Amino acid sequence: MTDPSSVPAARQPAARRPSARRRRSWSALLWVAPAFGMYAVFVLFPMLQSVQYSFYHWDGIGPATPAGLDNWKAIFTRPELLQSVVNAFVLIIFYTVLPVGLGLVAASFIRELKPGAFSTTARVLLFVPQVLPLVAAGIAWTWMYSSDGLVNQVLRAVGLDQYTRAWLGDFTFALPAVGVIGVWVMLGFCTVLLLAGIGKIDPSLYEAARLDGAGPVREFFAVTLPGLRRELVVCTTFTIIAALASFDVVQIATQGGPGYQTMVPGVQIYRLTFLQQHVGQASALAVFLTIVVLLVIWPIQRLGRQK
Amino acid sequence: MTTSGLAHRVTRTGILLALMLFAVVPLLSMFTTALAAPGSTPQGLSWPSDPHWHNFVDAWSTANFVALFRSSTLIVLGVVPATVAMATAAGYALAQLKVPFGKAIYGLLLVGLTLPFEALITPLYYDLRSMGLLGTRLAIVLPLIGLLMPFGVFWMRAHFLGTEPALTEAAKVDGANTWQTFRRIHLPLATSAWSALSVLFFLASWNQYLLPLVLVDDPTKRTVAGGLGAFQGQHGTDIVLLCAGSLLIILPSLVIFLIFQRNFVKALMQGAVK
Repeated sequence: MTDPSSVPAARQPAARRPSARRRRSWSALLWVAPAFGMYAVFVLFPMLQSVQYSFYHWDGIGPATPAGLDNWKAIFTRPELLQSVVNAFVLIIFYTVLPVGLGLVAASFIRELKPGAFSTTARVLLFVPQVLPLVAAGIAWTWMYSSDGLVNQVLRAVGLDQYTRAWLGDFTFALPAVGVIGVWVMLGFCTVLLLAGIGKIDPSLYEAARLDGAGPVREFFAVTLPGLRRELVVCTTFTIIAALASFDVVQIATQGGPGYQTMVPGVQIYRLTFLQQHVGQASALAVFLTIVVLLVIWPIQRLGRQK
Repeated sequence: MTTSGLAHRVTRTGILLALMLFAVVPLLSMFTTALAAPGSTPQGLSWPSDPHWHNFVDAWSTANFVALFRSSTLIVLGVVPATVAMATAAGYALAQLKVPFGKAIYGLLLVGLTLPFEALITPLYYDLRSMGLLGTRLAIVLPLIGLLMPFGVFWMRAHFLGTEPALTEAAKVDGANTWQTFRRIHLPLATSAWSALSVLFFLASWNQYLLPLVLVDDPTKRTVAGGLGAFQGQHGTDIVLLCAGSLLIILPSLVIFLIFQRNFVKALMQGAVK
């Protein structure tokens, strides 16, 4: 599918062969130029524009007027903006903590199984939600949570009729309900990644633990968990970004409602720009979201690099 | 010891079965709903006495399925080969050649790994508008290439860091230039890395929702996920048709995954952990 001769820059170095191997060769830049060019034009430059827009009042059509720090102050004073950020952090419990926790349990259980149909089926089934469009996850779960949906059907079947409700419209339960969709999507990714990590742990460590008389629980804490450090960092990073930058599921399932109960920065940015024409405010929130993501992710990455 | 061993085995199997059920039940519920009488409101999970398989045919035409697929395929073909090619070249150079400012370039790309798409969507909209591309598939393709690039370069660089430097040395001794060394030796050895990247990028483009939603008005020019979002907007109240349409639309992702399942998961793990 990928014809390497279609890389325009890659052809160049053939003509200008680097004269000295150990020295910097300027022609090597040509190998990087297409990738970095596309990244610069469609990611770096727009990011800088976001920063610039964030200091203006602009409706996207007329002239922009300087706003000073107004848009930035609003993030901390307008409740619907502040709540979107708080909600995003609540979602970390569902997108990260639960999938990583359950993934650890699932992965260590699957490890104990003999390789065969059951362990393969478990792996594949758990991973399926991860490959579907998030829009589909949103639609499937909107139906699960609706008044005629499966969640209420099960509650009625076990005689808990008084607890049935339209879950995504409920002020108390809407955010956790959206969170469960996150668990559904992320669980397979965490399980499969952690399972791979377990596969790399030296089997003699497990033998030694067993000789010392360790049961499955002690084995997990003494051998499995410490051996999974890097995988845990990858899982945590990936799922935290997914939680803080969630959009598809929320937009499809609740559009941020009821009230602002499930509002997240992604949906709020979309609304501010494309429905309310507050481009400056949207941009300030976008830059703020980026800073928050970086601040949360960097310490975790450092943790992963330490010995 | 044996009783506790048995108890552990029962708990283990029970928990795994519960998690597997959790993973498939929403899709099963969609499936049984898709077979109910058109226009009815069935219960969440109940096998209809008289399954209406024809619902899938209706959803096919209502969702304008053929157009949606054609559009997604065009977008994937626009994004994946170009991104994989550029990322492979850049990853190779950053790992194996002395690129001036290589560290700075790689550092800037790494920042892109964490940038949320939403943080860029507003300026992208106005940039593409001024380029006159709004509403065309290029408005999805070009930004996606840029947005997927950090991960691509990260992935391919990690692969090329792992290749044996002696190979390059040997090729140099034989008089091969950089391009020949790359083309004849490193590219074939990297097949598993760039093919896995292609599958990942296929899914990322096919499932992309935000860019098509904002940048292209016409749902038939969007990705499958973007089209699915529009379909939900129009037929959200007809739960039977919505479930049938959604299942049809997500089927390709599912099939691709099941076919490449083995390589895909293996590659994902190798790449992600590096």
